[in-house]
Amino acid sequence: MAQIRIHQEKAAGKQEALAKLCPFGAIEVANGQLSISAACKMCRLCIRKGDGVFEFVEDEVKPAVDKSQWRGIAVVAEVENGNVHPVTLELIGKAKELAAKVSEPVFCLLIGTDISGKAKMLLEYGANEVFVYDQPELRHFRIEPYTAVLEDFIRNNKPSAVLVGGTPAGRSLAPRAAARFRTGLTADCTKLDISGESDLDQIRPAYGGNIMAHINTPRHRPQFATVRYKIFSIPPRNPNASGRIHECELTPEKLASAIEITKVLPKAQEKGIEEAEVLVVAGRGVRKAEDLALLQELADLLGGKLASTRALVEAGWIDARCQIGLSGRTVKPKLIITCGVSGAIQFVAGMNGAEKIIAINTDSTAPIFQVAHIGITGDLYKIVPDLIDRIKNAGEEA
Amino acid sequence: MKTAVCIKQVPGTSQVEIDPVTGVLKRDGVESKMNPYDLYALETALRLKQQYGGEITVITMGPPQAQAVIREAFMMGVDHGVLLSDRRFGGADVLATSYTLSQGLQAAGPFDLIICGKQTTDGDTAQVGAELAEFLKIPHVTNVCKVHGIEAETLEADLDQPLSIATAKIPFPCLITVEKGIFEPRLPSYKRKKETADRQIRVLTLDDLPDKDPIHYGLNGSPTQVKRIFPPENSNTREMWEGNADDLSSRLFRFLDSHKYLQQLR
Repeated sequence: MAQIRIHQEKAAGKQEALAKLCPFGAIEVANGQLSISAACKMCRLCIRKGDGVFEFVEDEVKPAVDKSQWRGIAVVAEVENGNVHPVTLELIGKAKELAAKVSEPVFCLLIGTDISGKAKMLLEYGANEVFVYDQPELRHFRIEPYTAVLEDFIRNNKPSAVLVGGTPAGRSLAPRAAARFRTGLTADCTKLDISGESDLDQIRPAYGGNIMAHINTPRHRPQFATVRYKIFSIPPRNPNASGRIHECELTPEKLASAIEITKVLPKAQEKGIEEAEVLVVAGRGVRKAEDLALLQELADLLGGKLASTRALVEAGWIDARCQIGLSGRTVKPKLIITCGVSGAIQFVAGMNGAEKIIAINTDSTAPIFQVAHIGITGDLYKIVPDLIDRIKNAGEEA
Repeated sequence: MKTAVCIKQVPGTSQVEIDPVTGVLKRDGVESKMNPYDLYALETALRLKQQYGGEITVITMGPPQAQAVIREAFMMGVDHGVLLSDRRFGGADVLATSYTLSQGLQAAGPFDLIICGKQTTDGDTAQVGAELAEFLKIPHVTNVCKVHGIEAETLEADLDQPLSIATAKIPFPCLITVEKGIFEPRLPSYKRKKETADRQIRVLTLDDLPDKDPIHYGLNGSPTQVKRIFPPENSNTREMWEGNADDLSSRLFRFLDSHKYLQQLR
């Protein structure tokens, strides 16, 4: 088996320094001898940096799977409440891009009850073949029948890679199936590329995003990867796209489950500004209470919430629960668009953790521009209505 | 009822950095602690024990120092601890980790209920639970946000879905992964610390597991390989836009579109 061999004779006099090489503290020094403990994660850093003291010894590599037998990039469609989740379309777009590089087809697997009607749409977004398992046992996501379907699809079609949305269902299904095939799974990829014999180059963050890792699955097939929503882009839809739709079926015995879903209740969508991923913030640049409707409309279109500075709460225009700042709430959304906000320090302290800050203000010297990633010098009364029109038009075209 | 909880020792902070010059992970002053998500799994097990009785075993894979998190679990009220520790487990990815844990649970079990936290803070793949259930050939549910109770060897729980809450009944033996916040985790007690100071921790090596083939463990048993690690790019530069309102709104629209803020409309 693969192991690290230590050449003690080369380590003379520098054992302590060598032990410090290991980021996991697995190299220990006792009686002048180096040893490696169970903390070793086989990152092989010591081999690269250890001046030949550490040697990586690999046994004969067991025969790899015949990769030429595995062709096609498969996407597992995510269906909730009878609708295809947009992450599926994003994955089809990425699969198309990858498949083109290695001249392979794009497959899409559609699982559920009364969902056959959605198959054509998947072709229009770029799948070459859609495999539909539309059976009453598949109404709710339950792990055993869904894994049975994915297993059946993989055995029959042998895709080189399987892309699954990083949703609760996807993050339950992908690992279960990957373990069944004893193959590799890379979770929450943020970049995907393909090379060689359809080998996926998978980039993902670790340690809370402080480190990026480039991961390969060199000797196993299929290669599983999950990707979260809004990492990739939705490809253009081609209503004239052609492709094949396969109606597939498994016997009720194969779809048996020990799990019973007794009820499904829609979630209350009432969220506070702390939970919103997108915030539109109204500041003193808003002239009257009625004008808040404009910013509310922008927030709605972006799937976000309307928030405000303290001045507007004190004026009684908006509920105190919407106030950002030291005397209000601290927020950390993915996107925040401030409109007519000057950026007093008490306000900024409550929002400068946002991932992307866009500020619109007529005064180019406003302090908010010190923290904004994009500072727009302009009039919110001109920019926001125009932006709303553009977003609405784009929504209608799609 | 026999419950097992899978726990992990992780770096005390997620603020680890890579030296951009040498590519070495900086670990100066990085303490270890119990993966915070595992505290919720432990608390769930302890609450169920209070209500229905039984015994709780924690299991972890790691170096000898990982005994510290088992001791901490003892201080919270856990009965038994198992440490899977062997150099040959090193370099395990999700598959090999899950497989090793499944072997350890078979050696220490059988268990009626296995509880895992949502994810760890170091690897944060959130996928070991599901792979573990597959290797144990038992059903699993993820994202458990509320436990209703146990009746006739069947657990009833709420599952947190993006748009809904689903209520599921799942019979023993089974595996569940619980959400952060399902219960408020209790603090370790000093009294229990004294009581459990001498309690034995069962240490298992590869030779103690049912499957003794080293090819299934550690780096050998891992289909995925880390080609390299590198620091993330910092994309948050600051820019100022000026011009007429029409150009500005057009530019802002293109920015929102290309950065996927408009995808929910389609």
